Amino acid sequence: MIIANWETVIGLEIHVQLSTKSKIFSDASTVFGTGPNEQANEVDLGLPGTLPVVNAEIFPKAIAFGLSIGAEIAKTSYFDRKNYFYPDLPKGYQITQMDEPIVRNGCINIELNNGTTKSIRINRAHLEEDAGKSLHDSFPNMTGVDLNRAGIPLLEIVSEPDMRTAEEAEKYAKSIHQLVTYLSISDGNMAEGSFRCDANVSVRREGEKELGTRTETKNINSFKFLKNAINFEVKRQMNVIQSGQKVKQETRLYDSVKNETRPMRSKETATDYRYFPEPDLLPVSFDQNYIDQIKKTLPELPSEKKNRYVREHGLRESEAKFLSNDLELALFYENCHKLVKDSKQIVNWLKGEMLSRLSDAEITIKDSPISPIQLCDLIKRISDGTISVTIGKKIFGKLWEGQSISVDNVIRDENLAQLSDSKQLDELINEAIKKNPKQIEQFRNGKTKVLGYLIGLIMKETSGKANPKQVNDLILERINSPK
Amino acid sequence: MPDQTLAEQIKGIRRKKYSSFELTQSLLDRIKDKSNLNCFISIDENIIEKAQAADKEIQKGSDKPLLGIPIAHKDIFCEYETKTTAGSRMLENFVAPYDATVVSNLKRAGAISLGKTNMDEFAMGSSNETSFFGPVRNPWDENRVPGGSSGGSAAAVSARLCCAATGTDTGGSIRQPASFCGITGLKPTYGRVSRWGMIAYASSLDQAGPMALTAEDCAIMLREMSGHDKKDSTSAQVAVDDYSAFLSRPLGKLTIGIFEPLMKELDSSTSLVMETTIKDLEKVGVTFTEIDLPNFSYAIPAYYVIAPAECSANLSRYDGVRFGYRCKEPSNLKELYQRSRTEGLGQEVKNRIMAGTFALTTGYYDAFYRKAQQVRRLIKNDFVKAFKNVDLIIAPTTPSTAFRLGEKADDPQEMYLQDVYTTSANLAGLPALSMPAGFVNGLPVGAQLIGNYFEEARILSVAHQFQAITDWHLTSPDSQT
Repeated sequence: MIIANWETVIGLEIHVQLSTKSKIFSDASTVFGTGPNEQANEVDLGLPGTLPVVNAEIFPKAIAFGLSIGAEIAKTSYFDRKNYFYPDLPKGYQITQMDEPIVRNGCINIELNNGTTKSIRINRAHLEEDAGKSLHDSFPNMTGVDLNRAGIPLLEIVSEPDMRTAEEAEKYAKSIHQLVTYLSISDGNMAEGSFRCDANVSVRREGEKELGTRTETKNINSFKFLKNAINFEVKRQMNVIQSGQKVKQETRLYDSVKNETRPMRSKETATDYRYFPEPDLLPVSFDQNYIDQIKKTLPELPSEKKNRYVREHGLRESEAKFLSNDLELALFYENCHKLVKDSKQIVNWLKGEMLSRLSDAEITIKDSPISPIQLCDLIKRISDGTISVTIGKKIFGKLWEGQSISVDNVIRDENLAQLSDSKQLDELINEAIKKNPKQIEQFRNGKTKVLGYLIGLIMKETSGKANPKQVNDLILERINSPK
Repeated sequence: MPDQTLAEQIKGIRRKKYSSFELTQSLLDRIKDKSNLNCFISIDENIIEKAQAADKEIQKGSDKPLLGIPIAHKDIFCEYETKTTAGSRMLENFVAPYDATVVSNLKRAGAISLGKTNMDEFAMGSSNETSFFGPVRNPWDENRVPGGSSGGSAAAVSARLCCAATGTDTGGSIRQPASFCGITGLKPTYGRVSRWGMIAYASSLDQAGPMALTAEDCAIMLREMSGHDKKDSTSAQVAVDDYSAFLSRPLGKLTIGIFEPLMKELDSSTSLVMETTIKDLEKVGVTFTEIDLPNFSYAIPAYYVIAPAECSANLSRYDGVRFGYRCKEPSNLKELYQRSRTEGLGQEVKNRIMAGTFALTTGYYDAFYRKAQQVRRLIKNDFVKAFKNVDLIIAPTTPSTAFRLGEKADDPQEMYLQDVYTTSANLAGLPALSMPAGFVNGLPVGAQLIGNYFEEARILSVAHQFQAITDWHLTSPDSQT
């Protein structure tokens, strides 16, 4: 049997937690990790008579996101109630935006493996409150409800079904993640639930015009899981269709342990959410002036940074991209660049020693024990000839371990400065020439390789502190000088 | 003392003719005597201590405007560490961990709360018969209803159990019981008084207001209740007038609009009351002119779509999970929801939740909810247009005097028509007052004054000057018999 080519169609809904001190409609704190229900006040609990008051911090954040994806910003934005019963939804409705999302019609570019870029359209991004958490495993035969998350501000970013592979979906999610962290509107912490993806996936045979029936896999909180979940769904749906059955439109859950998706609830029995405008909140209007102010304060975005590094710092495209991909890394680099102009050297150190140490320690550059000042001192001492690159790496290690705070102190305390005193070197070289007449003879006969052997001897004598270039020059000078 | 108005009680206490303690004690005695009226759901156990504390403050020369005055709150206002039931089994044992802004504002002014008054369940009703705590009886005729939903507050003031009480008005719930019980009640402009801590029925229509014997007393109460509250996004950032200062000012050239079709619907005796009222108002210098409110008759259908729609969402939180009534030993989540709500909520509340759920359902939303909102805008536009030519509008408050207990209990449609003259002010968000205007067969009849946005001062001064030349508002049910 010949299997026709399949096409996969993917759209993502990403819930981004906006970083605010207090919740979207109450003054309860948003800090992660406190005991159950310790951060739920009377508004979050939905007690009778309580009313939501919108936290104005959320608007500039959502608008900054909208402007960064070239989207339309609603002139007037209002909230709606989405009605359904669930124990972790205290009011019996979620305050969200249905008819007038704050952001509409944007797009973001992703880079494909073949080097080309693809534009993914973003249908809308709207503001809403998070629900609480149901704890099904904490109590025997009972479900606990933790409302600390209830009322956490979210920006839900809804893409068009523009992605065709799990890799594209992963790249899109990473681009959104990079953007929201660059804009500092979210900490993007996936482990704490600040960035969660719902994947809408369907398959169809190539050439078919109608989209296949889609499933929605909810609450995926890592890029790897996103890719795995989509790949699983694609295979599953193809199998269903090939076996002559129909894909059911349903909500599914991804189980990362078993690497599979499972049905959560069927859309056929789904509730009618009965959206209507939230009467407890007034519509909010944004004039052009307000939007322009936000535009002015937008930070440099990843692609802009990358281009600037190439243009102004003379970095290669790949180097510039390596830096700009991660805002923290880019900021570290920029702090270094203020102190040392040699961009290449900075990049080499970041790509080399820094990256391998970070990955060994499983931390990000934000938590690096080595500061830009320390790294730059190190680079300066290498370029002014005080130490060799090899010694430099040794010092990097000592700084990383926290054995000293200053490069110069390590050099002094451990006597690591290069021997640039030619008198002392002269003596060592004379000694070496005397002890190795045979090798000198070979060199004079044209076997120049022995020079390396001689340099090695000197370096060994000086425990690596001699400047190899200087040693090289001095030996040549001695051998070639008529004596 | 209990027969005195709020203004008189303020003077009485300030001039030390009697103490807050003495006043409170006499009211408690009276409440006991009149317990058959069922005005109160709960009486504050610490009321005597509060009165004594107020007396101490008075001795120290405190000048809080309502210091030591016992008032009552409709049991829809949350009060710190006090049971707040909204007249429902669902909240029979709910103790609020905070004060409603109305409650804290009046506390700050020095008032002390005698207790919480009876009401239709979740403010849904026009007769006080839907209360889980039993119906309230009308002090003028105990076989009749006091109106609703603020029936307990209206009956308590009318029976002189307290000189003033708070109420809420979503479709007429202050004005209709005020009319039935022969007192003065004001529904302020939407947004004038904070809704924080007031248990929601229909958020875009609910508004708290004062209920008292006189317009003067309503003015005193409103000033203390009102003001912007950052806890309620819909509360207005409009300065609060010194309503009392406006009461006796000359009205100048003041025009009141009459929408004739409303008057023509009345029976002859009520019609006569309205005619007399208009003549009396002419005596204080008001001129009358006809206006047109072409969409007035659509107010009831629009109201009975919008209010239930909002209530269907507002009452979803009563699910037995976090607070309120929870059914015994549910076997699963669905049963917990179904039985808690079935057992905890009364029939009228369920009717409205179902009607509202239906109106919001996909496929019916456009035909009902959206259409009702459009009608609401038309009604509002009619008023805006009318107020270009007139300062106030006069209308009846209710189509009849107080009806008998049980008379309309089984006929929701008949009951809903009670609100025919009142709901349009809620839909438009306008302030409106009901004042005693006469009697028909020994039962009080109210007349309604509707004002422009935030012009409560004007309404109150016209009502006050009307009350200066009439004495309907001072006739007590006791003196009648």
